[in-house]
Amino acid sequence: MKRKSKFVLIGLASLCVAIFLAGCSDMLILNPKGPIGDAERYVIYVAIALMLIVVIPVFVMAIWFPWKYRASNTKATYAPKWSYSVRIDLVIWLVPIAIVTALSILVWVETHRLNPYKPIDSGVKPIHIEAVSLDWKWLFIYPDQDIAVVNELVFPANVPLSFRITSDTVMTSFFIPQLGSQIYAMAGMQTRLHLMADEPGVYHGQNQQFSGRGFSQMHFKAIAVASVEFEAWVQKTKHSSDKLDMARYEEMGKPSVGYPVTYFSTVKPDLFDHIMRKYNSMEMKPHAMGGKSVSTHGKNGVSEDS
Amino acid sequence: MFGKLSLSAIPYESPITMGAVGGAMLLGVLILALITYFRKWPYLWKEWLTSLDPKRIGIMYIILALVMLLRGFSDAILMRSQQVLAVGASQGFLPPDHFNQIFGAHGSIMIVFMAMPFLAGLMNIVIPQQIGSRDVAFPFLNAVSLWLTVAGAILVMVSLGVGEFSKAGWSGYAPLTERQYSPGTGVDYWIWSFQIAGAASLMSGINFLVTILKMRAPGMKLMRMPMFVWTTLVTNVLMIFAFPVLTVALFLLTLDRYLGMHFFTNELGGNMMMYTNLFWIWGHPEVYIVILPAFGIFSEVVATFSGKRLFGYTSLVYATVAIMVLSFCVWLHHFFTMGASPNVNIVFGISTMMIAVPTGVKIFNWLFTMYRGRIRFTTPMYWTLAFISTFAIGGMTGVLLSVPPADYVLHNSLFLIAHFHNMLIPGTLFGFFAGYAYWFPKAIGFPLNEKWGKRAFWCWLIGFYLAFIPLYVLGFMGMPRRMQHFENPAWHPYLIIAAVGSAVIALGILFQMIQLLVSIRERHANRDLTGDPWDGRTLEWSTASPPAVYNFAEIPVVHDIDAFWDRKEKGVAYKQPERYHDIQMPMNTSKGLLIGVFTFLFGFAMVWSIWWLAILGALGMIFMVIARACDDDTEYVISTAEVAKIENERYRQLRT
Amino acid sequence: MTTDASTIDSIDPGQPEHSDTVAIQAFGFWIYLMTDLVLFAAIFATYAVLGQNYAGGPTGKDLFDLPYAFVETMFLLFSSATCGLVMLAMYKGRKGWVLTGLAVTFLLGLGFIAMEINEFYHMILDGNGPERSAFLSAFFTLVGTHGAHVIFGLIWMAVMMGQVAVKGFTTPVQSRLMRLSMFWHFLDIVWIGLFTFVYLMGVM
Repeated sequence: MKRKSKFVLIGLASLCVAIFLAGCSDMLILNPKGPIGDAERYVIYVAIALMLIVVIPVFVMAIWFPWKYRASNTKATYAPKWSYSVRIDLVIWLVPIAIVTALSILVWVETHRLNPYKPIDSGVKPIHIEAVSLDWKWLFIYPDQDIAVVNELVFPANVPLSFRITSDTVMTSFFIPQLGSQIYAMAGMQTRLHLMADEPGVYHGQNQQFSGRGFSQMHFKAIAVASVEFEAWVQKTKHSSDKLDMARYEEMGKPSVGYPVTYFSTVKPDLFDHIMRKYNSMEMKPHAMGGKSVSTHGKNGVSEDS
Repeated sequence: MFGKLSLSAIPYESPITMGAVGGAMLLGVLILALITYFRKWPYLWKEWLTSLDPKRIGIMYIILALVMLLRGFSDAILMRSQQVLAVGASQGFLPPDHFNQIFGAHGSIMIVFMAMPFLAGLMNIVIPQQIGSRDVAFPFLNAVSLWLTVAGAILVMVSLGVGEFSKAGWSGYAPLTERQYSPGTGVDYWIWSFQIAGAASLMSGINFLVTILKMRAPGMKLMRMPMFVWTTLVTNVLMIFAFPVLTVALFLLTLDRYLGMHFFTNELGGNMMMYTNLFWIWGHPEVYIVILPAFGIFSEVVATFSGKRLFGYTSLVYATVAIMVLSFCVWLHHFFTMGASPNVNIVFGISTMMIAVPTGVKIFNWLFTMYRGRIRFTTPMYWTLAFISTFAIGGMTGVLLSVPPADYVLHNSLFLIAHFHNMLIPGTLFGFFAGYAYWFPKAIGFPLNEKWGKRAFWCWLIGFYLAFIPLYVLGFMGMPRRMQHFENPAWHPYLIIAAVGSAVIALGILFQMIQLLVSIRERHANRDLTGDPWDGRTLEWSTASPPAVYNFAEIPVVHDIDAFWDRKEKGVAYKQPERYHDIQMPMNTSKGLLIGVFTFLFGFAMVWSIWWLAILGALGMIFMVIARACDDDTEYVISTAEVAKIENERYRQLRT
Repeated sequence: MTTDASTIDSIDPGQPEHSDTVAIQAFGFWIYLMTDLVLFAAIFATYAVLGQNYAGGPTGKDLFDLPYAFVETMFLLFSSATCGLVMLAMYKGRKGWVLTGLAVTFLLGLGFIAMEINEFYHMILDGNGPERSAFLSAFFTLVGTHGAHVIFGLIWMAVMMGQVAVKGFTTPVQSRLMRLSMFWHFLDIVWIGLFTFVYLMGVM
């Protein structure tokens, strides 16, 4: 019986390792294409490494102790009254406390560094994008270029992206896994996000917060191209016959699944702010939590970049 | 007359649902027919449905939990199957409207109608005996808790055939759960079943807290209580503080939905973030409520089957209390991505990580209990050993998720699903299975079959790894949770492995059902005659299996931790007392059951806006409570002669 | 084997004394009151967060009538005082005083409720009902939840008047009266908080 158990356990462990290794290249979170994702992967690896200091001994002891002290092994010491040791108590409290302390420092530094509201320091002027989640599609407005797209995001690689995000429906979450952090989109409020792609490519974007019937279809392509190509794409979009005025917005915004990628050559001015203000009957001061921030300051006091 | 209810509420268009409803009704009718045929109604009424005996109430709780486990698990199988099929061009066999109800039902049932009743059941059976008491502090309230939980569970089951269940997940985030975005009755079923079960849990929390603090045997100081009693005590403190917040969260959402208020709506000043905070202020302590009793069970099992005193008792107590305090300080980690400032995220990230410290202390204490012990590999010990290592993986991924930047890329992905199932299955569920196997002989009078128990164990262990390790990988691949359909073919092989894992678990559940049948069939040969089948250490093993209704003819005096072991060592384990006394016990009453019935009617009526029925149900509840309060005749006496008779029979059995 | 206290392995304390049961009931009820406090705290917190979301509608300053709320408060405070007198009479075994005191307490409590219902009624009639804004939802719910608790207390009080009249001062009846008075004082304390944070601070 014991030998069978051993085989099962070893088999199980090998299977798990194999499962992980097989998926290596598809694990987007561990193959990031931007500085935010990069930093986040680093954080994941460091945290795992620190915790293995505790987890590996646990596994070793959890297998070794029951085996050594099995009742049939009469040679092993039996100390039925031994139930305390100061040394062991100190180690099992202090070592994890030390690990948690180290991790806390990591948390402090990295959470500030990877604050989604913090602009990316790159010397290049950022591209501003206003993302609005709808049922069940994404609208991306480029206020500086006066264009908009549904369900496709095109941007230049190696240029910081500065997002303002809101929702015209329920709570959703804007996420491009291979580039980094996600953040919630909520009606009447704006959240901020800063991402950047290190190299051109087609990345998968999605809604990460369940929002109803069409949730699974609420994904988009996030396409990073060379700066030159981006300019060309903007020009091409400005020749689209579709214009995003209020009527078109309302029509497009009706609940639907699988909305085709659509390009708008011009956008109603301040459409994003208009969508937010819809849910605020009066001007409100930014609160830590209760207020809806319509001002230019983000919720955590980080002012907008230029 | 019937509010919003009409025949169109029956989901004719869904063959799977109709099949499930038909099957359930057939099974129900069969059971009722069998009870009638064997003329067991008087027995059932007198011995079970009107009983205020926590040992009986506990068994009924566990039956409820096991039935709901089957229902919640069917939801899991359906989800895994759908995700194997619904890739690319195929939509699978569950359209979004159906799939979206299933994942909400799965989570709601497993947490509120499987885990909570299971732990309430084990507490009911074990706590009074472990503290050397005859009963709980408030026996009638105890029965009310049971029947309210049953009412809530029936409400969820009814939603399958009449109307729909919530399509907004077990966490019910606003504004998706507002009337505007969820106009049907699904969210209302979810609200009322949770509200009713939540009230039951709150009452249980008060009941067991008072029981443990006020009804311990003489000499049982707090630091001499069994570890299961400590973890139960802390669990009940958590319940007392957390459940009122759930009540408020659900109540405010109800007001939004029913009276058009604006707590969590998008417009007119509502704030969805308030719901998120309120829900998780309950939600996080809730997961500690379901895990701490399992920790207590592991403490009992590991000490008993290592033949050794539990290592680091004082440390374990402090660790448990630390977990209690910290569990109220971490709730924001459920929504790091909601846009709070870095400082806020940091505070909650660090407090979350801090919980890993006392939890780790517990794991090491259990390991060192085994060190230099004499380990017997019974089924409860199997569950415990699997827990210790597998849970550590879950703990690791939890600490990982508590680092906000890591959470920014892993939140709401299958990595999160894998993490919390890694805590709930090897932690909570294996703990409850260990407790089930450990205390079954005490509660029922004969043990569970070891062979089938171990077979079931291996299926659960292997099945768990197959079902959830791929989900960690899928989380790293960016796959979100709650997906009815997906496009990325790279995800597919992992979902297939996960489905295979769920099938292996299904086999494990089948083996558990067989185990029960085989054990019942073999009961006469295996009857537990001593009441102490495991050579136990704590007081519950000193009573008969099953115990007399009063547990102890004479309340024991406690001198040390592991009170029964202490008596064994002093040679007074089975000393028959010189004389007996009259014992007063609470009388049976149907009022607990009736309160449950009226509450169910109230809940159902509120879901369908049948106002006259809702008023009737509410008045019925109130009337029952007043009637009970006016009842002076609530106890009966077991005479000295009767006690002597029962005890003499017990001692006669012990001598054979 | 010595026979000193340390080797006593079991005793029979007989049945729990009546005072034991009463003490356990009182303790359990205290714990319940603490959970009720948590409930109110959560609603208070909601009011704190949403209490300034007027959605272009009226504010507390526009709506609250402080003198009116003061009279309501007096009704409740006096009812707490009479409740205290009821308990003193109970300990002296004065059945007549207890019944009269309970009736007075009941009427004062009923007066409080009547004033509150009247306040709500007029606000709703003016279009300032709970569906107008988050502030009003929070106001109606916080004050209304307290009012609902008071109504349950009044029902309980009526039942107790019946029990005292019919059964007299049995131990269970006294225990229930004690718990009712705890409940009633608790509601008074919550009202003080309400009056301060909602009415007073709303108007300032």
